[in-house]
Formats: sequence, C-alpha cells, structure tokens
Amino acid sequence: MPSATLARSILLEARRGGLPWLAGASLVVALALAVFLSQVALTERVALQVALVAAVLRACAVFLIAAQAASSTLREIHDKGLELMLSLPLSRATHYLGRLAGFVVCGAGIALLFSLALLFWAAPPRVALWGVSLACEVALVAAAALFFAMTLANLVAAMTATAGLYLLARAMPAIQAITASPLADESWAGWLARQTVDAIALLLPRLDTATRTEWLLYDAPSILGYASALAGLLIYALLLAAAGLADFYRRNV
Amino acid sequence: MRPAAAVPGWLWLLLGTGLAAQLGWQAALGPVRSPDDALPPPPSAQALRLAAFGESEGGARLGMLYLQPFSLRDLDYTRLQGWLGALLELDPRSQYPLFAAARIYAEHPDPARSRAMLEFVYRQFLLDPNRRWPWLAHGALLAKHRLKDLPLARRYAAAIDRHTTASDVPLWARQMEIFILEDMNELDAARVMLGGLLASGRIQDPAEARFLRERLEELEVHLRGKTR
Repeated sequence: MPSATLARSILLEARRGGLPWLAGASLVVALALAVFLSQVALTERVALQVALVAAVLRACAVFLIAAQAASSTLREIHDKGLELMLSLPLSRATHYLGRLAGFVVCGAGIALLFSLALLFWAAPPRVALWGVSLACEVALVAAAALFFAMTLANLVAAMTATAGLYLLARAMPAIQAITASPLADESWAGWLARQTVDAIALLLPRLDTATRTEWLLYDAPSILGYASALAGLLIYALLLAAAGLADFYRRNV
Repeated sequence: MRPAAAVPGWLWLLLGTGLAAQLGWQAALGPVRSPDDALPPPPSAQALRLAAFGESEGGARLGMLYLQPFSLRDLDYTRLQGWLGALLELDPRSQYPLFAAARIYAEHPDPARSRAMLEFVYRQFLLDPNRRWPWLAHGALLAKHRLKDLPLARRYAAAIDRHTTASDVPLWARQMEIFILEDMNELDAARVMLGGLLASGRIQDPAEARFLRERLEELEVHLRGKTR
C-alpha cells in the first residue's frame, strides 16, 4: 500500500533524525523541573509534579511534532524529493495523506511515551484518557504543520504560523472571558472587538477542552465531554488535511 | 572535524573574554529578585489563565511558588489576598493558596494582618465549605489561641458547623463551636448545642457519643452548681 510505505519512510526519517532522543530529553527535562520545583513547594508536592510534568510534556510533544513535520516536509520540497515522488504513478492525495499518517503515528508514539511517564503519579485509566487526547491533539498539530509547510514553503514562516495557531487556540477561552467581562468597554468599538474575538474563536479548535491536567489531578472527564473534546480535535485535523490537500492539488510542481 | 588547533589563537582569546565578560556582568547585576521586593499588584484570574495558556492547575501552583519567597516583614496583605484569590480562582480545587493563607500568612505576629488573612480564609471557605473547612478550622484555632479572640473563633467554628454538608467532615470540626462556647463560659448555649448534636443522631461512633454524653453531664452538673 503506497500510503503505508510513505508513512513508514516518515517514521524512518524521524528515527534517524533523532526524534526519539529529543522525546527522551524532553522527558528528562520535565521530570527534573518537576522534582526541582516540588522541593520548594510547601504542600501539594505530588499535584505540583503532575501538573508541571503534564503541562511541559504536552508542550514538548506539540513542539517536537510541529518541528519534525515542518522541517521534514520542507527538506523534501527543497531537495526536489517531492517532485521525484510526484513523478511516480500515485495520486497527490496518497502522497499527502501518507505523509500525514506518518506524522500522526510519530505523534502517537510520543504521546504513548509521555503517558507512560505519568503512570508514576496518576491512575492508568486517567493517564490513558490524557494520552489518547494528547495523541489527537498532536495529530491536529501535525496536520497544521504539514499544511503550513506545504503552503508557505519556508521553515520560519511555517513554524511561526503553526505556533501562532496553537497558542491562539490555547489562549482563546481566556481572551473571550476577558472581552466578555462586565467591566469591558460598552462602546461600539468594544462590541466590535468582542464580535471579532468570537468570530476568530469559531475558526479555531477548542484545545482548552482537550488533554486537561485536571483529568490527572482531580476527576476523569464525563464520557460526553471527552468524546466532544476528541471530536473537536479530529474535525479540525480533518479540515486542515482537506485544506492542505486542496492547495497541494492546485500546485504546479 | 578539524582539530582544535585549527582555531586561531585570537579566537580562543575572544571566546574566553566573552565568557568571562558574561559571567562578570551577570555577577555584577546581582539576583533578579530580592525577598524584600514589593509584591506587585495582583493580576486577574483571567490574565493568569491567559498567561498559563489554559494550564490552570500548573499555573496556580507555579503562582504559589512565585509568592512564597516574598518576605513576610513588609508584605502588602491587600495585594497578597488579591494574588491568593486569583490563584484560587485559577484552580479552585487546589488547597495550596488556603494552606499558605492559614498556615503561613495568618500566623503573622501582627494581629491586624493575621485577622485580615483569617477573614480571607473565611470568605473563601464560604465558596466551597466541604473542601475548604480544614483551613477555617485552623483559623478558628488561631483566633482562639493566638489572637485570644473567642467570639471570632466561635464565628469560624459556627460557620464550619452550618455550612459543611459532606459526610467526610469529621465531627470534631463540627463540634468546635461547643467547646469554644465552654471557653467563653457560655455554658447554657454549649449544653443546648451538645444536647442537640447528640439528639440529631449524627454521631455514629459509640466512643465519641459516650465522650460527648459525659461532657454534657459535666456541663449540666456545672450549670446546676452555678444556679444554686
């Protein structure tokens, strides 16, 4: 199956490029930070460790997969490898989706590794929920990085756009809460700002509902809430894949 | 790789000078923050949530680690309450801010500051009594033994009795008001409350029920002695 072969080549490239070592280094840094900070905590040491390790590992997983997807795709474009691949009797969808599948599997591997580390502190069912959510979130980021790398064809621009999308999505609920504050400006400019923020929020994924640290610390999510969070991530990943594919089909190579 | 000798001498010198200048510069600047620095105005919980990019649980605990090193000596307690309130709003289930409020900041030798922090604990307790009662119970003990303010201690103890509903709240916490009333020499009120507690059937443990019955009898004997 050509897509599977492409995905396998992406995994091979990630392994040879040192992605497993970087994931391991992220794990060590997160654990060291948690141990250090818990030494100065007066109470809730375990909660502090879980909260920090989960937050740091989530950020590391997202950054690693975004960097891997963007750099690998752009290297392929700049080395004319993509043109060579397109000369093969394969559809563009096979190329694009095979590549994306490779990054998604990479992300799932990182999510699995990071989840195993959290088993030191949290119950396995909760860690499993967190890990599956992280794998879906990382799949979304891989789709975003691939989309931006293909369309912008520049590493700095692709990484900046991916990071911007991700951070804006993470911050959007807080931005909306700030604009909806009772003390907010009541003028038409204030109203316009609120509507603009709400409109932008419609175009972003709900990352605040996914991979929540509170699942590890307090209560597991409700089935409906969890399913809704994952569905939101997958819908957005699908949207990004479709957008990237549409752009790829239009491109003259 | 070419050998290190391939690097010109002047470049090694430049590297060494650069490193020494960096270390010297940083050492001359001193620590970024001193414990005597003034606590900055508290941000809102929304601003903290924005800064934490939605990682409320980690952000709230890091916020507490940020507050801890400030020296208690000249700490602005109004600002401190703002910070603690914002961090609690960020993660309402974290016990860290109330732990610090009750066990560190309320134990300040200045009674005015201690009272201000106890009131903060009381206000926060009312928002989630079943989870936050331990810190108000500690506040009641501080009011009784350190501030020697029995009416204040009774107010906190009464709040615990009236507002907690969870079954895991121990009876000693709910009975605090009775013993404070005894200390206040309000024996009649203590007797009524103790009798009511025994009659309510809330006490399941036989040893505890026996202890409270003996206490009630002692109170009644004491009251009879007073009326004679």
